[in-house]
Amino acid sequence: MTKQTPLYNAHVRHGGKMVEFGGFILPIQYETGLITEHNAVRHDAGIFDVSHMGEFDISGKGAFNTVQNLVCNDITGMNNGDCRYTMMLNDNGGIVDDFIVYKFSDTHYWLVVNAGNTPKDDAWVKNHLLPDTVFVNKSDEYGQLALQGPKAEKILNKIVNEKFIPKGNYTFTDDVEICGVKCVISRTGYTGEDGFEIYCPAKATETIFEKLLEIGASDGLIPCGLGCRDTLRFEACMPLYGHELNEDFLATEVGLNIFIKMDKDFVGKAALAQNAPKYKRKGVKLLERGIAREHSDVYDGDRKIGFVTTGTHSPTLGYPIAMVRIEKDFNGDTVDIDVRGKRIKAQIVKMPFYKRTY
Amino acid sequence: MKQFTKTHEWVSNQGKTVKVGLSDFAQKEMGDIVYVSLPAVGDTVTIGKSFSDVESVKAVSEVFSPVTGKVVAVNEELLDKPELINEAPYDAWMIEVEAAETEELMTEEQYLEFIKK
Repeated sequence: MTKQTPLYNAHVRHGGKMVEFGGFILPIQYETGLITEHNAVRHDAGIFDVSHMGEFDISGKGAFNTVQNLVCNDITGMNNGDCRYTMMLNDNGGIVDDFIVYKFSDTHYWLVVNAGNTPKDDAWVKNHLLPDTVFVNKSDEYGQLALQGPKAEKILNKIVNEKFIPKGNYTFTDDVEICGVKCVISRTGYTGEDGFEIYCPAKATETIFEKLLEIGASDGLIPCGLGCRDTLRFEACMPLYGHELNEDFLATEVGLNIFIKMDKDFVGKAALAQNAPKYKRKGVKLLERGIAREHSDVYDGDRKIGFVTTGTHSPTLGYPIAMVRIEKDFNGDTVDIDVRGKRIKAQIVKMPFYKRTY
Repeated sequence: MKQFTKTHEWVSNQGKTVKVGLSDFAQKEMGDIVYVSLPAVGDTVTIGKSFSDVESVKAVSEVFSPVTGKVVAVNEELLDKPELINEAPYDAWMIEVEAAETEELMTEEQYLEFIKK
């Protein structure tokens, strides 16, 4: 069943080309086109509907223990108003989902999970609640907007007093009034740029969306679709669940080891301790014409050593790049990628492909 | 005068040869085009067979030949500037062919009617 977000009518009105994603119908792009939207976020600002994301509210005396046991990152050092990226694992050490933990207090956390995984995560979290923990899936109550780009703060500051704008990366403010409703604002995003994610009551989403577009227009703010959300996160080498991550990939094989803390307990830790990683995530630049897409096979000479998890033309760099999952022991400088029957040379390059400089 | 295929190519009669490109509808559906492959001069193209891959940021699409015959010229400018197909699809011809045979084509009017469905 495909759901609409609270912004469905607004997307259609703004000329969004609507597609199904993660169980929701969302714009892949607007009439401006993917590359224009991509560049708007890199140079000015873009706004995305991310209302499809799931919000899990976890509270009670057992909230800390429940979250700490579920996730492979350590939430011990979090202050109130901190966000922390993490994954939760299955008993085999595979990845159930990757998400951000929001700490409101010692007894109140949010997990903001991927849309397509929300039903699965809901069941998984419910099955792993420790005593004195209350779990409420609030996904349908909240709309979510991502305001991203170097001018995001300037735009937000037109309707939010500076003191309510979260200062540090991966921090958030709570109970912030925008257009007459209380919102949560975090300095987070999925584009590689500075920016904010705004959580608001579902029915206020459209008002806030239109208000931001109105006040941001003079700074180049435009609505952006899922297409450029993907190219932006890809250039920044942020993994996308279902592509770089899934239930069958060991958490230690996906290039996110800094988010795995083996000195604490968590679901899936035993499997990680017992199973050495066989694969790794690497970035490549294609050295010939052509575009490697997801599932293209990667070779070292005649030997298949892995496959592409995301690949396309990089709008910012102007050439084709890909993220690949290849054997951990491969240490060469180049690989060959099978692009629809033709072998194309690709060079291993440093990740991320793009890093902001401000 | 341009004629069209059901797979969204256009054909323009140049006398002894025809030029083939992608329709405005096709380029809009694909979005920003970032890569085009072309056959070599002297290659033979065949009705209904793919002669080119056109890649947008999102996906790859094949371009099917509306004619059978020998390729006498290719628009090499597209290799470096594939975005020309987005900017001016009816100027951005892809191949020029000595066509021995041509599939049944639609007039522009018929084609515009066809894509409405």
